[in-house]
Amino acid sequence: MTHELDVRRLLCPIPVIRTQNRIKTLAEGDTLKVLATDPGVLNDVPAWARINGHEVRETGRNGNEVFVLLRVGKKTDDIF
Amino acid sequence: MNDTTPIQRRAIALISGGLDSMLAVKVVQEQGIHVEGVNFFTGFCVEGHTHAIRKKDQSKEKRNNALWVAEQLGIKLHIVDISEEYKDVVLNPKHGYGANLNPCLDCKIFMVNQATLMINKARELAGDKGFDFIITGEVIGQRPMSQRKDTMPVVDRESGADGLLLRPLCAKNLPPTLPEIEGWVDREKLHDFSGRNRKPQMELAKAFGFTDYAQPAGGCCFLTDAAYSHKLADLWQARNERNYELDDIMLLKVGRHIRPRPHFKLIISREEGENNFLEGYRYQFASLQTTSCPGPLALIDGKLNEGDLQLAASIVARYSKDRLADQVTVEVRQPGGVAREITVAPLPANDLDKQWLLA
Repeated sequence: MTHELDVRRLLCPIPVIRTQNRIKTLAEGDTLKVLATDPGVLNDVPAWARINGHEVRETGRNGNEVFVLLRVGKKTDDIF
Repeated sequence: MNDTTPIQRRAIALISGGLDSMLAVKVVQEQGIHVEGVNFFTGFCVEGHTHAIRKKDQSKEKRNNALWVAEQLGIKLHIVDISEEYKDVVLNPKHGYGANLNPCLDCKIFMVNQATLMINKARELAGDKGFDFIITGEVIGQRPMSQRKDTMPVVDRESGADGLLLRPLCAKNLPPTLPEIEGWVDREKLHDFSGRNRKPQMELAKAFGFTDYAQPAGGCCFLTDAAYSHKLADLWQARNERNYELDDIMLLKVGRHIRPRPHFKLIISREEGENNFLEGYRYQFASLQTTSCPGPLALIDGKLNEGDLQLAASIVARYSKDRLADQVTVEVRQPGGVAREITVAPLPANDLDKQWLLA
């Protein structure tokens, strides 16, 4: 399934925290498009995804907005 | 696995994104400890915020140093939003404030307490796969409030960590902790750094092959900043209440804050990036913007009568392109979107009372 997360107007690390919390509710193989206005999202969300085993499919800009497209990776035994 | 296989000990590290926490993790990783990081979001973090907002800084690379450090070390990082619970630390610090509104000792106690709760929860949920101890990059004598010889034991005691808090960079200057006493880590391979001299950290970074790391830039928390603390104190005084919401403390990071009267304040953007950021708050605040010429966007915090509105518009006009013109037209927009225009003479620079400027 494809999902969207709107974190426009929020500043890092809040978009990363929202992405982290949203992905916990998704299934392996789902895709999540994160829409943001903080350009830091283009670095931070991919970094968070790499650390936690999710795939970064695409990143891009559209005027003042940026997006990151993620594919949810395998669920791990995270306890937090 | 048989009974003789040693248990791999697991630690949670408080990761700020600076060099010290990076080194502290590496020192214990070298002893075969599994480490995961935790980074707490208080709302006052300097990390990325101002350069994310301000257009002039947008050529600089924007990265969250805590995430970057975690990636360099190959560890997981849990980013935890504690902004709501953290209010009590800022509003009622048992150990008081530092030079500004920075409750550094209470902050450290709170963060170590949060990490202690995390390891307790992990132990309940996962038993042996939980975590055994906490590490920080603290160095004795490095910070005037939270990292002194007499206050570092206070953090361990009042956080509830009870001997499970290890500071690998200065452990040899402190009494042995449980991880050392139990032999989970070898005390001899820990360090004895002290003071504000950064040379030992630089040398250790070099030994580990770390060539890129965040340079200290006056702390990682806006509460250590005099101008920011002044604006926060002003907010409490104007509202006659010591409290805040996340939006309040975000807005204190943006724009010129001008309080021409005790009952209202203007937040005026300084450039395009701030303009875009404040635009997102126009549904919450009444706002002013020049329409007869390019000019900044200003949010109004407070309730204005007609005279106040004329003054506010003349201040905003003073920061517009036509600041020297006889008259400037300013749009007054209510949060619901209803707008009208008024025409004012820009306030002459000399009439802008310096005491109105909150900085």
